[in-house]
Amino acid sequence: MHPEGKTSLSPRIVDAFMAIVGKENVVYGEQELLVYECDAYTLEKNLPNVVLLPRSTDQISQVVKICAQEKLPIIPRGAGTSLSGSVLAVTGGVMICLSRMNRVLDIDFRNRRALVEAGCVNAWVTNAAKQKGFLYAPDPSSQSACTIGGNVAMNSGGPHTLKRGVTTNHVLGFEIVFPDGEIVWLGTRPDGSEDVPGYDLRGAVIGCEGMFGIVTRVLVKLIKAPQAYKTLLGIFESVDEASQTVSDIIAAGIVPGAMEMMDQMITQAVEAAYHFGFPLDAGAVLIVELDGLAAGLDKQADRVVEICKKNKAREVRIAKSEQERMDLWKSRKRAFGAIGRLSPNFLTQDGVVPRSQLPEIMRFIRQTSDKYGLRIPNVFHAGDGNIHPLILYDERDPQQVKNAVAAGNDILERCIELGGSATGEHGIGVEKIDFMAKQFSKETLDAMKMLRRVFDPETRCNPHKMFPGSKRCGDFAGKKQISA
Amino acid sequence: MSTQAPERFLDYDKSLACIHCGLCLSSCPTYLETGNENDSPRGRIYLMRAVQDGRLPVAGAAVTHIDRCLGCRACEAVCPSGVQYGNLLEHTRDHIEKKHQRSPFQTFLRRVAIEKVFPFPNRLKVALLPARIVKSLGVEPMLPKFAREALSLVPDNANSATLPEVSPARGETRGRLGFISGCAMTAMFGETNQASVRLLNRAGYEVATPKTQNCCGALYAHSGQLELARECARKNIAAFEDGKFDAIIINAAGCGSTLKEYDHLLHDDPVWAERAKKFSAKVKDLTEWMAPEMATCKTKPSDCKVTYHDACHLAHAQRITKPPREIVKAVAGNNYVELAESDVCCGSAGTYNLTEPEMAERLQNRKIENILKSGAQIVVTSNPGCLLQIKAGLKKAGSTVEAVHIADFLDRAACD
Repeated sequence: MHPEGKTSLSPRIVDAFMAIVGKENVVYGEQELLVYECDAYTLEKNLPNVVLLPRSTDQISQVVKICAQEKLPIIPRGAGTSLSGSVLAVTGGVMICLSRMNRVLDIDFRNRRALVEAGCVNAWVTNAAKQKGFLYAPDPSSQSACTIGGNVAMNSGGPHTLKRGVTTNHVLGFEIVFPDGEIVWLGTRPDGSEDVPGYDLRGAVIGCEGMFGIVTRVLVKLIKAPQAYKTLLGIFESVDEASQTVSDIIAAGIVPGAMEMMDQMITQAVEAAYHFGFPLDAGAVLIVELDGLAAGLDKQADRVVEICKKNKAREVRIAKSEQERMDLWKSRKRAFGAIGRLSPNFLTQDGVVPRSQLPEIMRFIRQTSDKYGLRIPNVFHAGDGNIHPLILYDERDPQQVKNAVAAGNDILERCIELGGSATGEHGIGVEKIDFMAKQFSKETLDAMKMLRRVFDPETRCNPHKMFPGSKRCGDFAGKKQISA
Repeated sequence: MSTQAPERFLDYDKSLACIHCGLCLSSCPTYLETGNENDSPRGRIYLMRAVQDGRLPVAGAAVTHIDRCLGCRACEAVCPSGVQYGNLLEHTRDHIEKKHQRSPFQTFLRRVAIEKVFPFPNRLKVALLPARIVKSLGVEPMLPKFAREALSLVPDNANSATLPEVSPARGETRGRLGFISGCAMTAMFGETNQASVRLLNRAGYEVATPKTQNCCGALYAHSGQLELARECARKNIAAFEDGKFDAIIINAAGCGSTLKEYDHLLHDDPVWAERAKKFSAKVKDLTEWMAPEMATCKTKPSDCKVTYHDACHLAHAQRITKPPREIVKAVAGNNYVELAESDVCCGSAGTYNLTEPEMAERLQNRKIENILKSGAQIVVTSNPGCLLQIKAGLKKAGSTVEAVHIADFLDRAACD
């Protein structure tokens, strides 16, 4: 535990917090705080000093004002599903959880938008809108638990963002509490028009990883659910051929709703877990989902089949019913859960490469696997070149732990060399800090820091994330991890 | 904090199957209410592991939050890693009951009221007597709040009709079924048991209800008394073993899930493991058995809106959500409406409303609000605990909505 992370906070301050949010909404004391020592990234851990569960923007503002007076770090937290340690209390501080601010406040179907509290679960937005044929597009694999506020902080994506874009393309505006306690609205207001003059500060905040303030209410865009879907499953002898197919589909001018690939090892594990009917001997399977107007969809599907065949697909199946389509997605979205069947532990990375480099990075991953003697199955958002190599290891063997971390680093470095980046959607958090210096020049990093200081001059809001030179927690032992 | 490593109570591999992803959070009723990670499945597994690793004592935070778990197992149904949460919980509770000193009131509640009364239908009937007298005298307002809450659960028109040992099939006999009569079902919903058997007879099955059966052991297993639960299991296996039954039918979801898990409960017992496996494989919820019969079952259509509440131990522990809906829809037709948060626990959770009355009431209110919003006049469910909890909640809200067991609902509608 970091020496500054001891749970010492003067009773006077705790009392002040209790007066604002209510006694039952203050989590205090070492035993109660233990579960807040990490999020879904479990390699590094530290306790916050206190956790608050406010019910309103006003309560958050009041709490944040006290933190400003007392110079206390603030750590905003949603559901704690981050895979990069984005809500780790690196040096303790006041963790402000949005879990009790989770309502869908209003749905304006005429203007196709919904106003939600930041702690609202991603999937609840679509659930609330679907009876009228609308949906909220960004669909991270953790969508049944992760929060809209967290999505804004991380600019989250998901399989279906290939066609629709990521969070920033679907958030019109939001209310944010700045680190001094001031409440402002950025971007489109709930009752306002969509063209907002001046700088797009909304865009600047999305993806800030919680370092610019605490987002409290979000106005999201709803889209009409596609009239029809056509979901194809291409079965290939090799990852190379499946990767080439992905490039060819995009080159042919077709933009599927999603394009997802699984290699043989992960396909076998997924089949063992969910019994969808995947072939066990295929080198790779590719899920291609076309959506849109029913008219013309068949023609597109024919074209995709043709491209698959040209790349030596052994077989192309088309989902026959909505149930089969749902089962296919369930298998894909829960793929990481099946990893428990292959290995006691795994480490995942979410590097990105240009689509045309997919065959190359897959070859490199195979070499890396041989070099370190660790199995590395792959399941990934092929459509946007976002890979998720799952490096399997056993934490009881220290050498394997070291090798796993080294293999992960090699792969991400190669991604950057190939013109890609170290993260597609999991964010930098504390996990990928070291890659920032590899990806960006000092000048660029300084410019980012300057932008941050505009919003948070004292760098108290979610500190020690993203930038090289930040403090780290000492405890760096191998633990399990999941992929999106 | 305690530093010495305590004796092992958790299956290490089972607890490590949790990869801490957090996908369970939004399915957990207590987390939905408090927003506190300690009250979430991921948080509770973290606490269990911390106790196992000696990072936390068997007291304080760990006990508070593990006690507060409903055991509804909604988390299991959504876990991508297949974590057997129910199993981890039972072993942790077993450990807590051995190592933790409770208050005299909680000890009385758990060791006497729950373990010595509920699992015995005759004792339960006697215990309910004073409660009924108090209710009939109308002196409830004079009681303290916790007693009023407990009392509100006692049904106004409980009936304890018993079943004959064998009930013959109507018409041609298509098969022979065993019937588990249950404790709460026998003591308070005797007529529902009769309706269940009537439905099975009408569908062409002879139904046997062996007198030698006893409590399924669920209340013991859920409150951390695994050895007592195993004893119940052995008696029931023996009671049904020689009957040559096509299936063993149960109409209470909570009992059903425990009956289906006898194989896990006794897997270390060389004499009983195989026999338990055979028994568990035969257990079917009434709705599982009846849903395929609906094609030939004639019913009067219902003339008011009907909705369905998922009992946790049916929806999550047994993953049965479609068959009961097929039955309700077969009767209600277009009058069927889905219930918002239908699979979020109503707060009954076995004896939870006695040990954790505050959270039980919060969840009861949440459930009643959703029922009232649905616009239904009838809410159907498939577990006695849920039925009591929802009936009491509706009464408190002054609502005319009726809560009905699915067997009664179907029996009322059935016609020849």
